[in-house]
Amino acid sequence: MEFKQVDAYRDYRAAAKAWVAANVDPQWRREQELTGSAHTWELHRRLAADGFLGAAWPKEYGGSGVDQGLAVAVFQEISKAGMLLDAWSSTLMVLSTVLQVGTEQQKRTWLPAAARGEMLVALGYTEPGSGSDAAAAKTRAIKDGDEWVINGSKMFTSNAEVCTHVFLLCRTNPDVPKHHGLSMLIVPLDSPGVEIRAVHTLGKITTATFYTDVRVADANRVGDLDGGWGVIRTALMLERGILSEAYTGSWADQGAQWARGVRRPEGGTLLGDLVVRDHLARIAIENEISGLLAARVAWMVQTGGMPGDEAAASKLYSTETGQRQLSSLRDLIGEESVLQGDDASDFVRAVDIAHRRSIVSTIGAGSSEVMREVIAERRLGLPRNRPGGGKKATA
Amino acid sequence: MDLAWTQEQESVREAFADFFAKEAPLTRLRAAEPLGFDSDLWHSAVQTGAITMGVPESLGGGDASSLDLVLVTREFGRHLAPIPYVEATAAVDVLAAAEAGHRFIAGIAEGQILPTVALRPAIGGVARLAPAGAVADLIVALDGSELVVVTRSGSKPYAASPRNLADSPIADWDLRADSQERVVLAAGAEAQRLHGRVVSLWRLLTGAALTGLAAQALDIGVNYVKNRQAFGVTIGSFQTIQHRLADVTTAGDGTELLVYKAGWARDEDPVHADALATMAFLAAADIAFRTCREALQFHGGYGYTLEYDIQLYWRRAKAWPLAIGSSPREYQILAAQLWDKTASDDGTEA
Repeated sequence: MEFKQVDAYRDYRAAAKAWVAANVDPQWRREQELTGSAHTWELHRRLAADGFLGAAWPKEYGGSGVDQGLAVAVFQEISKAGMLLDAWSSTLMVLSTVLQVGTEQQKRTWLPAAARGEMLVALGYTEPGSGSDAAAAKTRAIKDGDEWVINGSKMFTSNAEVCTHVFLLCRTNPDVPKHHGLSMLIVPLDSPGVEIRAVHTLGKITTATFYTDVRVADANRVGDLDGGWGVIRTALMLERGILSEAYTGSWADQGAQWARGVRRPEGGTLLGDLVVRDHLARIAIENEISGLLAARVAWMVQTGGMPGDEAAASKLYSTETGQRQLSSLRDLIGEESVLQGDDASDFVRAVDIAHRRSIVSTIGAGSSEVMREVIAERRLGLPRNRPGGGKKATA
Repeated sequence: MDLAWTQEQESVREAFADFFAKEAPLTRLRAAEPLGFDSDLWHSAVQTGAITMGVPESLGGGDASSLDLVLVTREFGRHLAPIPYVEATAAVDVLAAAEAGHRFIAGIAEGQILPTVALRPAIGGVARLAPAGAVADLIVALDGSELVVVTRSGSKPYAASPRNLADSPIADWDLRADSQERVVLAAGAEAQRLHGRVVSLWRLLTGAALTGLAAQALDIGVNYVKNRQAFGVTIGSFQTIQHRLADVTTAGDGTELLVYKAGWARDEDPVHADALATMAFLAAADIAFRTCREALQFHGGYGYTLEYDIQLYWRRAKAWPLAIGSSPREYQILAAQLWDKTASDDGTEA
């Protein structure tokens, strides 16, 4: 066992930083913060033009041949610069799933389009009546010849306003237990009958999407008919793997740096204040533990393991402590911490945005409550608590 | 990063898991109360080489890594073994680190000398509530500007322990009392440095012991809720109980990793080792007590009785970390280690 921190992309670091310096306008970050958008078209176009979007894929499916290590380092540096690429993240998740379970035709069409920057896919799982219980989806797809006719609605179809397609969880068979009657369809968002409405949140903007007699070819079905739940589980696993890196924070050090710069009326800086030190020291321990739980997931993936309750533990701990830390930092900052936008200092603005965005971190991609059930059942062997999957969705 | 144990580490862990499971059942702990010291168990532990395993081979030790010590200490903590394993290991380490201490090591390895440490500087020549102060033959203590070794001999216990929460053999030790031998290990800055080394190792190993304690308390709690019936169902099926146990499991897993990282860092990353040891100690103290509290709570009224084992864990989870002093003070020390350029160990800003 050893904990050496090695930058696996060390050789690419300088080139990646140079790319970001030359291609990322610092103003874009402020625009994302002000508008709530998690996508910047100009950045996406530049990533496509330089081949970073398709770097991970085989040549026959749109692979650009650009060094994958450089691409990973570039995405890391973009993230460090505070830029969000949420529409690309969901696209990558869906198309990685397509690469695993899709047809040859799907791989040859969609992956190259996405690599060129012409295809972005939003996730359409959650419905107005089903969040954590995604398998209770009621959006109905009925076969008509070689086509499906879709009616229903989805909630939190994030980034749909910029995406070309949605990865839609549909009920294709209402007469079997709920997990066994679902299929996944890739639906073009410019299809007749699709309506997108903005949903404003505490953090990023999202959408609700509505489907009225929307027609899509059966060739757009990903995975087996009525096998959609298996497909979604593959996608969810990829999602937790992708997110594990996001579940690390350094608010203690950022807070200490801020406190060091604040002068106290009685002399010295805020970093000399015992209460501030106590809070920050507690946050530092949580940051360290979050990093280790995420590293455990990454290590399991790298060594061919299949993180289950370990991924749940990482997500649960990091998001719950992260949200509390941001609330606690606001409390330490005091009256200034309510300021937003240009009236706020850089640190206050960062805390404000991160705190508001963090609200959904304990809800989305498996809520804290679902994560605790997973840990209780799989790790501790306690009896399953949720009602089983035997019920029909329409019951 | 690599989280896999080597074959060697795995066999160290297994050997001591077996040793403590066989030699330190809870019946023996209960029999050792209220003094909290089992002399026969101590001698068995000495015979395994566990007490001197961290000492260099040239001095007759086992040359074990800090991570090995962590693994052994976790098993010690899991069984609440009534011997001062952590303090003795920390004492041996500093005796090996200072030449004037070498001459005591053979006696410790042979079981004639039971060593301990005073975690806080002596006041007026007295080490207040010294760990194992009732039964130890040797103490390493900071007395004024000197780091001293004081030894004594005679029949045990040397002093009566004041009644205490964990039934630990703590006692005041008058470093200047008659008929004791006193050797100065170091003075001035070197004394401070060596004492800092002792305290840091004690934090690391106490953290390790507390994660072992927490793991066992969790097992006891989970086992109880799987079997206890109420309202016609197993109480382990209740969501409140499941979620609260999931929370302490998660923080417990993360803390276990933190203890391993701190153990690794003591040998491989000296710049961060002290802060990591303090973090591991504080995180383990927190999660050990929370785990015991939840496990005890889910026992219902039985958890409140002395008959059930969970109270043995609850008392030690609270008492063990307090040997070094107040925990808010420890958080201040951590802040100094993290953010003051020249951190001193007493928590003040340099």
